[in-house]
Amino acid sequence: MSAEDTPKDYSESPINLEYFYTAGSATTRFLNQVKEGNIVGQACPKCKAVYVPPRGSCPRCGVATDIEVPLTDKGCIESFTVVHIPIPGNPIVPPYVCAMIRLDGANISFLHLIQEVDIEQIRIGMRIQAVWKPKEEWTHSLENIKWFAPIDEPDIDVATLRFQEL
Amino acid sequence: MIQAGVIGVGQTKYDAKRRDVSMAGLVREAIDNAMLSANLDWDAVDAVILGKAPDMFEGVIMPELYLADAIGAVGKPVLRVHTAGSVGGSTAVIAASHVCSGQFKTVLTVTFEKQSESNATWALSPRYPYSPHINAGAGGYFAPFIREYIRRYEAPEHIGWKVAAKDRQNALKNPLAHLHIPGIDEKMVSDTPMLWEPLRYLESCPSSDGACAMVITAKDQVGSRNVAWIKGMAVRSEGTLSAGRDEVNPQAGIDCAKDIYNQAGITNPFNEIDCAEIYVPFSWYEPMWLENLGFCDLGEGWKLTDKDATAIDGEIPFNMSGGVLSSNPIGASGMIRFGEAALQVMGLAEDHQVEDAKVAMGHAYGGAAQFFAMWIVSSSLD
Repeated sequence: MSAEDTPKDYSESPINLEYFYTAGSATTRFLNQVKEGNIVGQACPKCKAVYVPPRGSCPRCGVATDIEVPLTDKGCIESFTVVHIPIPGNPIVPPYVCAMIRLDGANISFLHLIQEVDIEQIRIGMRIQAVWKPKEEWTHSLENIKWFAPIDEPDIDVATLRFQEL
Repeated sequence: MIQAGVIGVGQTKYDAKRRDVSMAGLVREAIDNAMLSANLDWDAVDAVILGKAPDMFEGVIMPELYLADAIGAVGKPVLRVHTAGSVGGSTAVIAASHVCSGQFKTVLTVTFEKQSESNATWALSPRYPYSPHINAGAGGYFAPFIREYIRRYEAPEHIGWKVAAKDRQNALKNPLAHLHIPGIDEKMVSDTPMLWEPLRYLESCPSSDGACAMVITAKDQVGSRNVAWIKGMAVRSEGTLSAGRDEVNPQAGIDCAKDIYNQAGITNPFNEIDCAEIYVPFSWYEPMWLENLGFCDLGEGWKLTDKDATAIDGEIPFNMSGGVLSSNPIGASGMIRFGEAALQVMGLAEDHQVEDAKVAMGHAYGGAAQFFAMWIVSSSLD
């Protein structure tokens, strides 16, 4: 029996969900700066932890992160994976490197791509810097950064990155 | 507090696609098995507590409402629990809490996932607003934590293959397991393609259809039934994006384990727990949780795995049923751990029974490894 003749007891019905997302005041402040090519984290007034991207409050202390902290676009790879399989709905062609990016002066990391380097050379603690899209393409999104690429600086010992309250 | 125990555990056959049943048929299969093993009439059930992972996994929103008939909940109180992958565990804890508090005498609890109705990796990899679209399912999320564990403690790569092979060998003794891979060994695991470095295909959990149910009752309702007494139970969570968080060894997991050990009077889990069903969806989480749960010191987990301590005849057997690596209907996966722990101390685990198991642990984690649920069950109340 060919595939066409096989009786089917199911059918596939793709659905498309569209939704409105309200960024909230803290993320709006952050994204307005990202649109100008600046990365501005937010610090907890109590424990002084710096969050980027900021969510508006410190999960440790439960208070608003209302102190703006301008940051550089340099940092290090806290950890990473090499994704070898295509992900449904995602246009990126594997293999690609998805890394936890820890910017200098920040106390949490976020996920972004690593490019412009042989995958075998990527390592935990490696120094990296943002590679930005052309200015005319900048929007309210961390997609303004195409990816992060290695820079010629000594590796960081990631054990030193753990936040400790002063 | 009222003492409570598990008097019935029911599971479905786990498979990639259970096209022979609807969602309602799937949960009912587990419930019928639980009610039969508890030897209980429907009138004795005071409330039904249902858990499952994100509704996106099937595309049916608030399925506990449409399932009211199938779960025997018409005219009875119903509660829905959702704590991502840990939900099967937290649902069990919440169900038991409703008995221990005296609110209900007997609670039926059920968890399920019918992942063939959709695509879980798609559901876990949405495009988040204002961010690059690079998230790559649960494996893509956990792989960097695993890489950091390996770096921190200089663990050799065969540890992951060893866990993956051991759990699938156990699954061959469990007819309900989804994956039955004849001849599975470390070499077969290490020959499979890399998915999310350092995780290979066979180091990752499958996507399954299945359900698990339990009947939990108060001490004065037990009668002459076989029972797994609940000696300690707790849930904990921590801030996913909190500064100072250690994703390799989450504080919430440490605290949750300490809490249940204290309740159960356990001071040395390695010596005092006979076997454990621990949520290991990716091979390396076995050594990571051995450490997080206090079975050994930090950096020693992979050495315990390496010397076969977690084998079914080892010093601390882990995942005798085959674990999440062998059957993974996500919403039910936590409750399967809790239910399998109960079956061990009830002496009902058949071919994957640990000889003379008296005290067993069930464990679940979920989300970004920020949700934890655990319990200790015992064959005796003392």
